[in-house]
Parts: sequence; C-alpha cells; structure tokens
Amino acid sequence: MPIVHEPVARCVDGWGRPAPDTLALEVEDLHFAYPDGHVALRGVSLQVHCGEKVALVGPNGAGKSTLLLHLNGLLNGGQGSVRVMGMPVTTPNLPFIRARVGLVFQNPDDQLFSPTVYEDVAFGPLHMGLPEEEVRRRVVQALTQVGMAHYADRLSYHLSMGEKKRVAIATVLSMHPDILVLDEPSAGLDPRARRGLINLLRTLPITMLASTHDMLMVRELFPRMVIMDEGRIVADGPTAELLEQTELLEAHGLERL
Amino acid sequence: MMLHNALDRYHDRPSSIHDLDPRVKVVVTLLGIFSVLLLPDGAWGAYFLVWCAVLAVALVARLGVGLVLRRSLVALPFALVAITLVFTLPGRTLFTLQLGAWEISASDAGLVRFSSVLVRSWLSVQMAILLVATTRIPDLLHALRHLHVPALLVTILAFMVRYLAVLLDEVTRLLRARQARSAASAQGKAGGSLLWRARVAGNMTGQLFLRSLERSDRIYNAMVARGFRGQYVTINPHRMRRRDWMALGLAFAALTMIQWLGRTLS
Ligand SMILES: Nc1ncnc2c1ncn2[C@@H]1O[C@H](COP(=O)(O)OP(=O)(O)OP(=O)(O)O)[C@@H](O)[C@H]1O
Ligand SMILES: [Mg+2]
Repeated sequence: MPIVHEPVARCVDGWGRPAPDTLALEVEDLHFAYPDGHVALRGVSLQVHCGEKVALVGPNGAGKSTLLLHLNGLLNGGQGSVRVMGMPVTTPNLPFIRARVGLVFQNPDDQLFSPTVYEDVAFGPLHMGLPEEEVRRRVVQALTQVGMAHYADRLSYHLSMGEKKRVAIATVLSMHPDILVLDEPSAGLDPRARRGLINLLRTLPITMLASTHDMLMVRELFPRMVIMDEGRIVADGPTAELLEQTELLEAHGLERL
Repeated sequence: MMLHNALDRYHDRPSSIHDLDPRVKVVVTLLGIFSVLLLPDGAWGAYFLVWCAVLAVALVARLGVGLVLRRSLVALPFALVAITLVFTLPGRTLFTLQLGAWEISASDAGLVRFSSVLVRSWLSVQMAILLVATTRIPDLLHALRHLHVPALLVTILAFMVRYLAVLLDEVTRLLRARQARSAASAQGKAGGSLLWRARVAGNMTGQLFLRSLERSDRIYNAMVARGFRGQYVTINPHRMRRRDWMALGLAFAALTMIQWLGRTLS
C-alpha cells in the first residue's frame, strides 16, 4: 500500500471564522415522520467533529437517507434540532447551510440536471452569486479534483455510471463545502470505478458522512462507524471495534467481513 | 444507448456553419422561416432560390444533401392536412369527385395554394433541420436565453432535453421487465393475450407517471440543495465576432432579395 498523506480539513464556523473545535454536525433527538404517517426517525442524536470521516450503515429502510436529507434542510418539521458548523438549520440560515453541506444524492441522474457537465458543476457556485471568473475557476478545479477535467463539454446523459458519480461529486465540490454528505456513493459501481471513488474520497480534505452498504469501503476509508436501525442509532464507535462484534452486526442485518 | 440517438440531431463536423454564433443561427433560421411563409402563392422561382440557399448551407456545413432531405420528409404528413384547400378555394374546376351524396370539385387556384403550402412548409422544416444539425442543444438553449426568451421557458426546454433521455431509459427498463416475464409455455404462444398486454401497458404508463413524479421531486431537491431559489442563472459563453456579423448581414441580404424577387416575379 502506498502511503497516503491525508490532508487536513478546513475548520470554520457557520460564519466563515476559523474554529478548530466546532462540531461539524450536531443532531439532537431528531424525530421525523413522512406525510403518509410512516415514522422514519425516532430520536437520533449524532455529533461529528470537524475533519472526521464517518460511515452511516444499517439495513434498508433504517432511515439513513432521511437523516441525510435533514442535514441540508431538505426535510424538516419534526422534533429535535440540527446544527451545522454551530449554525442551527432554520429557514433564514438555509442559504448558508447549503453552501456548507455538499449533499451527493444516491442516484446521479437526480443530481445532474443540466445539459452539459460544465453547467452542472457551475450550477452551485452560480447560484451562490459568485462572479463569473470565480465560477469558472471553481468548475475547472472541481472537475480536476475528480479527474474529469476533459469531460466538461460532454452531455451528462451520455456518461457511464462511474463518470456520473464523479461529476455528481464535482457538482458539490465546486461549492467548496466544509462537509461532504454522500448517500450510498459506491452503489452501482464496477470494481475499478469503486476503487477510483475510494481513492478520491480518501484525498478530499473535508469532513465526511456517508451512508453505505459497502462494508469493505467502510473498513478502508472510515475510521468511525454509526449503525442505524428502525430510525434509531444503535451503535457508534471506531469501525475496527464495531466490526468485531458479530452479534451486534448480525442483529442489524450487517455482514461481518 | 440507442434511444439517445433519437434525441441527438446534432452532427459534429468541422465547418464554418457549425462555428457560427448560435444566436446568429437562431435568428437567421427564424427570419428565413418567416420570409418563406410570407412569400406569395406560386412564386416558384423564389421557392427554388430558397431551396438552393438551403442546399448551399447544407454543403458548406458538410451535412450532405441526403441527410437534410431525408429528415425533412417528417413534415409532409402534417402539410398534407392542407389538402382541403384544393377543394374549398373558388376557381376554375379541374375535376370532380363523387363522395356518396356529396360532390366536391378541385379548383386550379386551390391546387396552386395547396402546392405552395406544401413547398413552403417543406422548406421551413429544412431550415430548422439545418439549425439543429449544426448547433448543440446547450448552445441553442443559451442562444434562446440571450435572445431574451423567458428564462422559465428555456429552463423547461433544458429539463425536457435532459430528462427525455432518463425517461426513455425508464421506458426501456419497464419494457425489458415485461419482455423478460412474457415467456412462452409449451402450449401457449409467447407474449400473452392482447388483453393481458393491454393491461400491462396500462400499468406501465401509470408506473412511468409515478416514477417521473417522484424523480421530479428528487431533482428539485437536488437543485435546492445547491442553492436554487427560483431563478436560473447561466454563464455567458457567446461573443459575436466579425464573421458572425458578416453571416448575419449576408443572410439578411439574401432573404430580402428572395422576398423582392418573389413579389415582383409572380
Ligand atoms: N417519501 C417517502 N414517503 C413515505 N415514506 C418514506 C419516504 N421515503 C422513505 N420512506 C420510508 O422511511 C423509512 C426510511 O427510509 P430511508 O430512505 O431513510 O431508508 P434508508 O436507510 O436510506 O434505506 P436504504 O438503505 O434502502 O437507502 C423507510 O421505511 C421508507 O419506506
Ligand atoms: Mg437510502
């Protein structure tokens, strides 16, 4: 294995001031029910420190995606509170929150809605109201980061799944988020694309929270693991330790490696 | 994916037409179509000149005359609706048809009007084909935006283009799922009864609708997550160069001349 120097995450508070001790994410006793009455979250509490890379695992329907959508204010209205970089997720704060939290959806077809790759990556910075020069700089930078620089003029719908995933990540990197939130990043990728994605995520100097069923990736990439089931967090700790607890894993539909 | 090819009418060729500013191409195409539609009936000389101009552009764009002709045939069925003109316009009677209790007669003026409508719509379609074959869709959308077409309209068009491909994929998936399950047993014939197939088709339409609805929800979420607040912003990649102005002027002059000829000659 080559030695990888993991870059250090930038830690600032919600107002852009350096704050190394801020909690990147702070979820407190969060409840949520979908409009059809289905209760998806039953009191979730979670803290993620700046610079941490955390995996969120659990069986289908555990509420992982529901929790992730709360971090960006896309879902709200239940009991409990969410804070991002110390800033409460409330309607007036949403524009700031959304610039801080880069949310990558599970299906890249939902994320890539512009005609070309370039426009998709430019969408976030443009809507943050940045000047044109800065937008262009960031687009090139983000595409280079994910290794897709020469795809700028391609039409999104002609790309392969792995390429779409990379571009989807670039679309939020161009917003220079402090926290990257990924919903099942490695689902639907072939081994090579998956490997590429893991290497990419390893080099990104950002706080990360990723929901996934890919336990190999968890072991390799995420030092901390949070297990969710039936809308609750049932375990939270160092990945290496949790992966040893066969009973715990089996009780929540996870496989021991 | 083969279905995507049905969406892409763009033909990548290095040519001075491809290279023109998309705004010029949009404006010239619209002017051209208007100008053709304004030509009087039976101005055959002018029609011929327009056709020559269309062919010339197709040649300069290295598209091949065949491609433009083949694609332009799609317009004919629509233009045929105008056939009633032959029988409704007053004029010298050419022939009479007996349709049950009715007797309808074709007039010479009607025939001229009908053929003119046919030729003019066919020419207009060829111009539109030239436009989409030499301009990428994103460029077209930008051009529309810069020509002050309402942002909402352009955004809707952009989404349509983007998600038609996704929708087609969805349709392919559903069709495949049906095909995979319509196996033949030893006695029966494959594909099931007509009624069964009709029911499956009905279900699939419903599925497609629901999936599209949920997808539109998720896309909106993805946009909001990246700071969308109801206003669509784009970068301006277009700049008018000298040759763009020249092409615009040339096209304008040609159209004016054809218009003038068409009116004085007929
Ligand atoms: N729009 C919705 N309306 C109603 N119920 C929903 C909706 N979305 C999700 N649910 C329900 O909420 C629960 C949690 O769903 P969620 O998508 O958060 O699970 P998940 O942990 O992400 O699962 P997966 O691993 O399959 O992605 C599930 O039981 C699901 O059926
Ligand atoms: Mg999910």
